[in-house]
Amino acid sequence: MTKTIRLEKLTKIFDTPNGQVVAARDVDMEVPAGEICVLLGPSGCGKTTALKMINRLISPTSGKIFIGDEDTSTMNDVELRRSIGYVIQQIGLFPNMTIEENICVVPKLLGWEKSKAKSRAKELLDLVGLDPNLFLKRYPKELSGGQQQRVGVIRALAADPPVMLMDEPFGAIDPINREVIQDEFLKMQAEIKKTIMFVSHDIDEAVKMADKIAIFKDGVIEQYDSPDNVLAHPSNAFVADFVGADRTLKRLRLVTVEEVADAEAPAVSRHTKAKDALAAIRDHGSNLAVMIDGDHHPVGYVTEEMLEGASGTVQNLARPLPAVVPHDADLRAVVSEMFANDVMWLTSVDASGRFTGVVTQPAVTSALGETYRKSAKQQASA
Amino acid sequence: MANSAASNRSVRILPWLMLGIGVLIGFSGIIDQILTYWEDIVYLTRQHVILVLASGSAAILIGVPVGIWLSRPSMAGVAETIMQVFNIGTTIPTLAVIALSMTLLGIGFAPAFFGLFVASLLPIVRNTYAGLLAVPAHLKEAAHGMGMKPAQILFRIELPNALYVIFSGIRTALAINVGTTPLAFLIGGGGLGELIFTGIDLMDTGMLLAGAIPTAGLAVLVDFLVGQAQLWLIPKGVNPLR
Repeated sequence: MTKTIRLEKLTKIFDTPNGQVVAARDVDMEVPAGEICVLLGPSGCGKTTALKMINRLISPTSGKIFIGDEDTSTMNDVELRRSIGYVIQQIGLFPNMTIEENICVVPKLLGWEKSKAKSRAKELLDLVGLDPNLFLKRYPKELSGGQQQRVGVIRALAADPPVMLMDEPFGAIDPINREVIQDEFLKMQAEIKKTIMFVSHDIDEAVKMADKIAIFKDGVIEQYDSPDNVLAHPSNAFVADFVGADRTLKRLRLVTVEEVADAEAPAVSRHTKAKDALAAIRDHGSNLAVMIDGDHHPVGYVTEEMLEGASGTVQNLARPLPAVVPHDADLRAVVSEMFANDVMWLTSVDASGRFTGVVTQPAVTSALGETYRKSAKQQASA
Repeated sequence: MANSAASNRSVRILPWLMLGIGVLIGFSGIIDQILTYWEDIVYLTRQHVILVLASGSAAILIGVPVGIWLSRPSMAGVAETIMQVFNIGTTIPTLAVIALSMTLLGIGFAPAFFGLFVASLLPIVRNTYAGLLAVPAHLKEAAHGMGMKPAQILFRIELPNALYVIFSGIRTALAINVGTTPLAFLIGGGGLGELIFTGIDLMDTGMLLAGAIPTAGLAVLVDFLVGQAQLWLIPKGVNPLR
C-alpha cells in the first residue's frame, strides 16, 4: 500500500512581531509512490515547515496537500497524523514506556488488538535486526543511540502507513553509525516501498538516500530533480553553490562499478601463450589483459608492451594486480583506490571474488561526462 | 584519610552512645512517664493523622490539577505571575498562616485544616508545574505528530515523565505538613501539639516527649511511605531510583 504525496501551491506565512515571514511559497511537488524525496536546504529555508504542513503540525496558509487522491484538508488532524509515519531528529522515544509500548503507540490509538500489536512490534524489531526477546521489555534509556534511532523508525512504521515523514532522522547519530543506519534503511525501504519525505541539510545524505531532491531557499523550491541532475545540472547559482564545488565528485557515489566496468576486457588463463594474449588484447582494442586462475579469480596482468616479442606463457610475464574493487561498489571507492595505488585502471570482482571486468579512469570520466554531452547535444539541436 | 578514620570511629561509637542514652532514659523512668499518657497519645495521634491526611490529600487533589492547568500552553502568559504570587505566599511563616486562618474561620478543625492545606499547596503546585514544563518539547511533538489528542499527550506522555518531580513536591509538602500540624493545637485543631505545648507550659518532659516522639515518628513514617510510592509507582524508564 503506497500512495503519492502531492503538494499544490502550498504556502505558509507566519505573522511575527517584525512583520510577515514567508516560510513556504507556492510549493508544488509530487513524490511518486514508493520513492524517497529529500527536502534539502540551509536552515530556515522552509523545508521543515513544508514537511510539517503535511501532517498539519503546522497549518498551511493556503494550498492543498493530497495523499493518494485524497485531499488531506477533508480529514481531521488526528486521523491524518495516525495515517502518516513520523520520525523526528531527537528520535522522541517515550522514556516512560518500554520499547514494545513505544512501537505500539499508534496501533493502540487505532484500537488494534493487543496481540496483533505485539506481534507487529516483534516483526518490526526483527526487521531492523534487534532481538525482540531482548528488546521488547527494555526502556529507551537502556538502548544505544543507534538502537534508539532504529526503534524510532520502526515505531513510525508500526501501523503500516503508506506515507512517512522524516525530519532529519539520522542527524543526531555519529557519522559511522549514520552510514550503517542509512544503508539499513535503504535496504528496508527496498522491501517496504513507502512514499517518504525526508528533511536533511546534508547534501551527501540526500544524494545517498533520495530518488528525488527538492532544494529549498527562502520557502521556494529552487530545483526538484533526481540527485544526478541536481549535481550535474544545477538550475541556478544558488543550487550550484549549495551542492558544492565538488559536486561532480559527489556524483561518483551515484554510479556503481558495474555500470562503467568493461566486462569484455580480455582475461587470459595462466597458460595462454604470449602471442595469443597479445592477439586478444589487440582484438579488443585495449592495452592489457587480466590473468585469471582456474576459479576465475584475477591474479595478475600483462600489457601489450610486456607481451611484444616475448615467448612462453602469460604466467611467466605477468605482474601482480595493483588492486581490485567489488563490482557493486560506487565510483568513489574506485577513484580512491586508483589514487591510493597510483594506477589508471582496476579489476572488478563479484561477491565471490571472480573477475567481472576492468574499470579505467577514462571510463569513469566518460560516465560522468555523458550527461553533459547529452545536454550539449540537446541544446545544439534545439 | 584522617577524616574518614575519624568518621569511621564515630560510626562505631554511635550505637554505643545510643545504647547509653537508652539505658539512661530507661533508668530515669521517663518511659514510664511517657506511657502514662498512652490514651492521650493514641487519641491525639489519631486526630493528628486525620489532620495530615485531610489537608495533605486536599493539597494534592487541588495542587496537582492547578499545576497542570498552569502548565498548559494557553496559560503561558500568566502562569509565571501566578507562580510568583504562590511564592510570595510561602514566605509567610506557617504559624502566621495558621493564625490568619483562625481570624478567618474561627477555632477548631476547619481553620487548622485550611492553614495546613495552604502551607502544603505550594510545593505541589510548583513541582507539578515545573515538572510538566521540563518534559522535553520533542516528546510532545512526537506524540502530537503520531496523532495523540491533547488529553492523551497529558496522561500518557507528560504526566508519566513529570511524575518523579511531582512526587518530590508531594514529599516535601507532606514533610512540611506533618511538621506543622502540632501548631494546629494553638487554634483548637487538636493533634499531638496538645501534649507538646502543654508539656512545655507545665515543664513536664514526659508529657512533652509523649507528643514529640510520635510526631517525629509520624514524619519519618510519612516520608518513608511517600518514598516507597515514588519508588514503585513511577515507571521504570523515568525513575532514577530504579
